[in-house]
Amino acid sequence: MRNITAQATAAATRLAGSDVAVEVRGISKLYSEVEALRAIDLDFPRGKLTTLLGPSGCGKTTLLKIIAGLIPATAGEIRVNGQVVTGPGPERAFVFQDFALMPWATVMRNVAFGLELKGMGRDERQAIAAKYIAEVGLTGFESKYPHELSGGMRQRVGLARAFAVNADVLLLDEPFSAVDEQNRRKFQEDLLSLVEKEKKTFIFVTHSIEEAVYCSDRIVILSRRPGRISQIIEPEIDRSASPDAIRRDQSYLDTVEEIWQGLKRYVD
Amino acid sequence: MKLFGYRVPMMASLIVWCAIWELVGRSGALFLIPPLSDVLVAAVALVQTGTWQAAAITTLNSFLVGMALAILVGVAIGVLMGRSVAADNLLGIWVNIFVSAPLSALVPVLMILFGMGETTVVVTVFLFAVWIIVLDTRAGIQGVPPSLIEMGRSYGASRFALYFRIILLSALPEILAGIRLGVIRGVKGVVIGQLLVSILGYGELFELYSRNFDMENFWALTIILFAAAMLLSGLIESLEKRVDYYAGVR
Repeated sequence: MRNITAQATAAATRLAGSDVAVEVRGISKLYSEVEALRAIDLDFPRGKLTTLLGPSGCGKTTLLKIIAGLIPATAGEIRVNGQVVTGPGPERAFVFQDFALMPWATVMRNVAFGLELKGMGRDERQAIAAKYIAEVGLTGFESKYPHELSGGMRQRVGLARAFAVNADVLLLDEPFSAVDEQNRRKFQEDLLSLVEKEKKTFIFVTHSIEEAVYCSDRIVILSRRPGRISQIIEPEIDRSASPDAIRRDQSYLDTVEEIWQGLKRYVD
Repeated sequence: MKLFGYRVPMMASLIVWCAIWELVGRSGALFLIPPLSDVLVAAVALVQTGTWQAAAITTLNSFLVGMALAILVGVAIGVLMGRSVAADNLLGIWVNIFVSAPLSALVPVLMILFGMGETTVVVTVFLFAVWIIVLDTRAGIQGVPPSLIEMGRSYGASRFALYFRIILLSALPEILAGIRLGVIRGVKGVVIGQLLVSILGYGELFELYSRNFDMENFWALTIILFAAAMLLSGLIESLEKRVDYYAGVR
């Protein structure tokens, strides 16, 4: 584990030299009277999974939605691949906490929907969708409707939809919070192998410390409202070990404990 | 319902009431109520007459035109109210007044405005049906999960695609329920309109038979109308059941 903020101050939030996919510069967000985020400066390294972690109400989902271009920031700017973005764009794909599947559409159509909106032809988009349906382990469910699937399977559909549009950056808003515990563990393991395989930049919001430590290359801990960066941690965990071994690994457990000690003061 | 251990079908109670009607009719206690069998015989004869067919076509025509307008306008206003708070505040009070107002009282005014013809009947059907469609559509639109709209936006949906591929489809169950209730009200509207104008279609026939105490034909007409209204609402209900893939996801 490497605690970056302990070594240096704000400058550490900017990565020197390494390849940066998403840059957050001076982002602040005010909801009428409430200050949700204050002057956030943050870099997200390309091809890594970075987690935004913090107590509820720290603005982590707000920050994610600002990066997605779904809500405007009060001040500051977001750069993706060096370009300033003001709204949603094809280089970013979003995975929703409540899945946001269209109940009237089959798994196939839901997964292909992003491509359908781009105007891609039916055969082409279905071939792409079929590939990602297989990748998330839903082969055989193509013609099912969302209400015929379990929560975990529905979120796999949401994930496949995000992969299908071939965005550089995947934004995941508490993707497992509406999935039951057993499915969540399996899903986390699958996500890691997908991160490995897809070589994309993942920005992941969660309030689960274990989940963050288990999945992330980098954890950004936000303080309570107004949201500011309080710590950046890189859990240097050997992911070649089996998932069960990782969950018993001493450095994994130490990292979870350290983050908990840091977050404890925000819990009332 | 179970009777002596046997499962009785839902419509079975109808047979009991038909039998009671037949008995009361046969007893001759009320001359307003002829035996049901006579009414059914009259109905079969009636639908073969040119008068009835012409009346039915006029009525159906007014009804369909009025309903089509009510659905178009009702869904449009409902969407507007569901999406815009300003429109909701501006129109909400009127929709709520009209949805429960005794609209029959307005028909004479409509006659002055639109003349003693089919236009008045079409407007009556429209006014009876449109408000409930507005209210149900509005409720459906407001119930569209915000994340579904964010999903559309984040995957690059145009404004048009957002409305026609996501919002309207998501609100479809409520819109269909509104249309079903609108149809039931529209049937009332077409009959009341024609009765008050009284020289048109079904209204003219009702007027004719009741004034002459031709009760067999009067009841035959009524039964046909009821059956038609139930059939229509049943059709829409079956359509609603076909969208059951919405179940448990919203």
